[in-house]
Amino acid sequence: MEKIELTCIGCPLGCQITVEKENGEIKSLTGYTCPRGKAYAEKEVTNPTRIVTSTVKVTGGEKPYVSVKTKSDIPKSMIFDVMKEINKVTAKAPIAIGDILLDNVAGTGVPVIATKATR
Amino acid sequence: MKAYDIVIVGGGPAGLAAAASAKKAGIDSILILERDKELGGILNQCIHNGFGLHTFKEELTGPEYAGRFIDIVEDLKIEYMLNTMVMDISADKIVTAMNREDGMFQIKATTVILAMGCRERPRGALNIPGYRPAGIFSAGTAQRLVNMEGYMPGKEVVILGSGDIGLIMARRMTLEGAKVKVVAELMPYSGGLKRNIVQCLDDFGIPLKLSHTVVDIKGKERVEGITIAEVGKDGKPIPGTEEEYSCDTLLLSCGLIPENELSRGMGVEMSPITSGPIVNESLETNIPGVFACGNVLHVHDLVDYVSEEAGRAGENAAKFVKNGGKAATGESVEIIATEGARYTVPKTINIDRMDDLLTVRFRVGAVFKDSFISVYYNDERVLHRKKNVMAPGEMEQIILQKKELAAYNGLKTITVKIEKE
Repeated sequence: MEKIELTCIGCPLGCQITVEKENGEIKSLTGYTCPRGKAYAEKEVTNPTRIVTSTVKVTGGEKPYVSVKTKSDIPKSMIFDVMKEINKVTAKAPIAIGDILLDNVAGTGVPVIATKATR
Repeated sequence: MKAYDIVIVGGGPAGLAAAASAKKAGIDSILILERDKELGGILNQCIHNGFGLHTFKEELTGPEYAGRFIDIVEDLKIEYMLNTMVMDISADKIVTAMNREDGMFQIKATTVILAMGCRERPRGALNIPGYRPAGIFSAGTAQRLVNMEGYMPGKEVVILGSGDIGLIMARRMTLEGAKVKVVAELMPYSGGLKRNIVQCLDDFGIPLKLSHTVVDIKGKERVEGITIAEVGKDGKPIPGTEEEYSCDTLLLSCGLIPENELSRGMGVEMSPITSGPIVNESLETNIPGVFACGNVLHVHDLVDYVSEEAGRAGENAAKFVKNGGKAATGESVEIIATEGARYTVPKTINIDRMDDLLTVRFRVGAVFKDSFISVYYNDERVLHRKKNVMAPGEMEQIILQKKELAAYNGLKTITVKIEKE
């Protein structure tokens, strides 16, 4: 039996939720005080995801860097793999917000897009 | 001397939203003065996501959120000047500014909207003992270096203060390969959002030590180590609880202070609690035709609320211009914040001038569980709303109705307080 302690991020209350898992299945879920908390905990212990934001080097532009993000969330366990790939990229100006600077980052199927424009 | 109906000091989220709403309200003569080389203010360095859930119903990064408002300002053809620093505003609204092209120049304004934002509390204001080596940065300075200039401030980091910028930088430095050893927070609770504590610290196993502070900084040329200790109820370090961390960088995330040198200089009355101007229902200061919005007025948690508030300031400035600058008539009612509520924005309400619905924002002074936000008209309690939890880090609000206030006989004061039952 695996026991996981979580802090809910749904509101300032920050409920401490305890999840017990066995063979990948949730056996018990306690400590939440609303449906949002329950849904959050279920997702966090089965398929936690995050949006990764960072910067990418730019050549030939007004700015030396533009900010970027993964277009949608990626598995939490892949954060550092995604960062490694993002750090290899050098983009050429001009860049518009939403431009894809890296496709299918670290095999996640998610593109990395610019969140800042530069001429 | 050039003259404008509305001069806006600051081209960040507050200044942009104020400009857009003033223009939409029919004022063409608007000028935004921005000291940086681009519009957008601090959002340009806030590359993380989570902005705009209220305004755009989607999660944007800071630069994207700023980009939306910059596009609106460009589409509306609102004038702005970059790289331009406002030096002084006189009580009769002569704005003195300077830049490299024009040198020093003056502008006559019918109304001024103060939207200068805030800055971080520096080390000098924190009374931290120890040497003064290189390697000590405010969290926001580090954020600008990493996200905009492309420099890493250090490799091994200790963070003092658990404000949102400190938490965000703990994650950012970790993602860029630094080791963040600990976040120390003087208070027994964090001033940051829960979401940031989980996603910026817990995700990366970074410890948060509540009721702890920095008691020594080691290193003469460069930071070599930081000593933190637990603090007691009296706020003083407890001998024997010291722990030493070797590191090359100390980041400070110890609160934000509205940047009101210009406001004070022109004689705007200030609140000692918010460090921002005292304003009425129109977000107007004690000087008629001078409005304030955004973090220069009071420090916000969410930029969405800044945009909304600044939009109202812009509309009210437009009204002032259209009325030919006539001062308000009619009685004002004072809002008293007490027993847990630290302040309110606005501080006074002229019922004749208020909108049908008026949002009053405030902060509580401590963590309250299972308590009520109560509103009194004179001595009569008219609102009693249960909240599971309230914390100083999360702004609260109430909404007042004009028709209710106007119909209340002999209304002298409105009181906002936190009650246990």
